[in-house]
Amino acid sequence: MKQINLTVNGELCSAQVEPRQHLADFLRENLLLTGTHLGCEHGVCGACTLLINGEPARSCITYAVACDGAEVRTIEGLEDDAVMGRLRAAMSRHHGLQCGYCTPGMLVTARDIVVRLPDADANRIREELGGNLCRCTGYVGIVEAIRAVLDERSGRKVDP
Amino acid sequence: MKAAAFDYARPASLELAVELLGSGDGSAKILAGGQSLGPMLNLRLAVPELLVDVTRIPELLRVEEQGDAVVLGACVTHAAIEDARVTDGTRGVMPGVARGIAYRAVRNRGTLGGSLAHADPSSDWVSTLAALDAAAIVFGARGRRSVPIAELMVGAFETVLAPGEILEAVRIPKLSSGARWGFHKVCRKAGELAEAIGAVLVDRDRGIERAVIGATGSVPIVIKDAARLFEGRREKILDGTLSDFPEWRRLQTHERLGSDPYERQIHLVALRRALVQAYEQ
Repeated sequence: MKQINLTVNGELCSAQVEPRQHLADFLRENLLLTGTHLGCEHGVCGACTLLINGEPARSCITYAVACDGAEVRTIEGLEDDAVMGRLRAAMSRHHGLQCGYCTPGMLVTARDIVVRLPDADANRIREELGGNLCRCTGYVGIVEAIRAVLDERSGRKVDP
Repeated sequence: MKAAAFDYARPASLELAVELLGSGDGSAKILAGGQSLGPMLNLRLAVPELLVDVTRIPELLRVEEQGDAVVLGACVTHAAIEDARVTDGTRGVMPGVARGIAYRAVRNRGTLGGSLAHADPSSDWVSTLAALDAAAIVFGARGRRSVPIAELMVGAFETVLAPGEILEAVRIPKLSSGARWGFHKVCRKAGELAEAIGAVLVDRDRGIERAVIGATGSVPIVIKDAARLFEGRREKILDGTLSDFPEWRRLQTHERLGSDPYERQIHLVALRRALVQAYEQ
């Protein structure tokens, strides 16, 4: 077991972890933060995407032990985030989810697109979503939701 | 799919890291961004006794301009290159290539040196840095040595790095203002590993004209004297009648492109599209 100290959703957290435990399991099993979902567990599906030091990362192929000193933010920690609030509303409005399994990771990636690429068009949004698999929606609603939030933020015409 | 048990160490210096790699039963692996090793651990394709996390060793995080080159530490991430948060001496070539590597969540953690040392034939950096004539700076118990990227790989997932050696940094020559570049990656989905890569650098001010066919089954095909192959043939490149040349026909039957006609075709198409990009400019 190794001692780690990290910040999770703004709170300091100290724990003993087995090196083989990945970050998603640590969050779900030790901290009971089950908003982070596990799909493929080998870095392909994107369901477990969360923020490490403010940047999207796959928590299934990042080991908790390697996050000593890091600032981790999960979907639970983005509840009061202004961009995330807009994205949640837009995802609901545009039917951007059905079963919801991919949604936490999808929202983290969507937020990254909105914040980092204010000029992204539909093609760029689709390219950026390439690492987050959704088997329900066909992505149309997700892309529209992200476009709507980009438009809101830039003051462009807002789709109903 | 959970990794088998392993021990973990995060040394603060290269010397300590080398020492740790030599300890135990010799199965220790270097962990950088973990974007290739992580899946291998979870799938238990890799079962090391110890992971040596090198991401906090200062030499591996450095960014230095050295006259006609830029030195990037091995743990510089693809996203840092994509965003040009680190010095770029390649006039946008490396940021452009970085953007096409996997997905942003992977690029935020995945590293330049990790990608090279992992030596996946489909790696964008293996082909790109071979075309750019970059060199790996390798640290080991006996000191440092330099290995041209074109000679780093010996086969799929195999490099010339000896046990206990660490790829410390990459020295990337700066391109001159007239340099032209072409890069084409064949993959069916954005962010997927390449099925074929073509990379072309034409930098006549520095006397360099190189072409690379990457994502072969093993080591990329590096054509160092591409000038001989393509000089004066701009029209042929642009109109796609390259098969008129015996040199091109020889490439079509290159042993590293295998015997599958589809595989040979997509690799030559990738190279031709990269050539068109470089020669159209």
